Amino acid sequence: MEKLINDFSVGLFFWQSLLFIALILLLKKFAWGPILMAVEEREEGIRSALDSAEKAKSELENLNADNERILAEARIERDALLKEAREIKDAIVNDAKELANTEADKILTTAKDQINNEKLKAITELKNSVAELSIDIAEKVLRSELADKAKQEALVSNALKESELN
Amino acid sequence: MNIKTIIFTIVISVFSSLNVLAEQHMSDGDKDIKTEIKETIAHHLMDSHDFVLTHDLSFPLPIILYTDGNLDIFSSANFHHGTTSHTVNGRTYSLDHGHIVEASGLHPVDFSITKNVTFIMIVFLIMLVMFTRMAKSYKKNALPSGMGRLLEPIVLYIRDDIAIPNIGEKHYKKYMSYLLTVFFFIWIINLFGLTPLGVNVTNNIAVTFSLALITYVLTTVSANKSYWGHIFWMPGVPVPMKFILAPIELLGTIIKPFSLMIRLYANITAGHVVLMSILGMIFIFKGWVGSSLSFGLAFALSLLELLVAALQAYIFTMLSALYFGAAVEDYHHE
Repeated sequence: MEKLINDFSVGLFFWQSLLFIALILLLKKFAWGPILMAVEEREEGIRSALDSAEKAKSELENLNADNERILAEARIERDALLKEAREIKDAIVNDAKELANTEADKILTTAKDQINNEKLKAITELKNSVAELSIDIAEKVLRSELADKAKQEALVSNALKESELN
Repeated sequence: MNIKTIIFTIVISVFSSLNVLAEQHMSDGDKDIKTEIKETIAHHLMDSHDFVLTHDLSFPLPIILYTDGNLDIFSSANFHHGTTSHTVNGRTYSLDHGHIVEASGLHPVDFSITKNVTFIMIVFLIMLVMFTRMAKSYKKNALPSGMGRLLEPIVLYIRDDIAIPNIGEKHYKKYMSYLLTVFFFIWIINLFGLTPLGVNVTNNIAVTFSLALITYVLTTVSANKSYWGHIFWMPGVPVPMKFILAPIELLGTIIKPFSLMIRLYANITAGHVVLMSILGMIFIFKGWVGSSLSFGLAFALSLLELLVAALQAYIFTMLSALYFGAAVEDYHHE
């Protein structure tokens, strides 16, 4: 210990302290400051680049997910549309069928009615014709019957007989 | 840098260290070899006023002395490696085992640019150039280029694994400059200690004291109410215990940086002493077997010292961060 104290050189201590403190201050200004700043800036740059890459990646993933979703939605919509169209088609066809049926029925009924009418008309006409024809025949028969006097008298008497009986 | 280059560098370093020892050995062969090795190690551990690379190649360094209110500045070449004295402004100085003494009994305060101060300056410049260049490289590109590639992971490691976990997300930023500077400073200067240049800065108690003092001052200045509350009036213990704990805790605030100082000093000193001693053994054995064994051992130890150089820097930074963390932490007691 004594040797250490004896060996202690004030001059060396002075120079060491002076030069070392000067070195710290100079390096702080001209080296450590700029170096640490540059390193930090670089690290910050790397960090932000990584962050933005990560963000871009997640954005891309979102975009993909969106696309998927949109696609799925579109598919569902398409299916719905198709289904609806099919339903509409079916409905239209059914309606048309029904309409046709009713129309046909209507036509059929009118036709039937018409036929009936025509038939009735024909029957009436026929009846009339038959009646006229019968009258004509009866007239002719009567005319021929009443051609002589005897026959007329017989007839009248017959008719009278009959009316009396009633 | 690959493993081969590192191993090659270490081998060269060990050889060069041997060279230093050998030259010393050859220069004054009349001494006992063991004392000589001891002296060489002691000399290596000490600071010096001139920078000796080999026996022929040395650089004089400026000597700055503050004696009785006067500033005396002259070159260390005037001492001729401690063999002569030098007179400046009527005061005669001479070197006595690395210490400067004044002939008339005055006590000069030595502010000389010694070998260690020179290397602190060199590391100062290296770090300044290296890290400002690294900072500049970020202006052109978000990624570092050149040295920054090697340094950035370490900077980030200190931030993410030392500062943030120990100090917390909220407060760590204001300590980053100190933590980064202290880590790289200790590491680089420790690595210099492993080169054959023969420098050894962190094994000076003045250097580690200065470093630990900064940690202590930063801790004390930035400490919040809850930190002092835990020192003087420990919550959650009975009242008599509070009185016992207060001085212990108060002492703890000083012991913590003190341990930082001693740890770094002792680790580096011990490493150098052991490494030099093993190198010295080569000259004692003087045989093929012993010398190559010593060499292998020195090589292995150099590898270990490389690790220790970084490890001590890490520990110093880590513990400083831990102390800062304790100072700014918000304790929550229900």
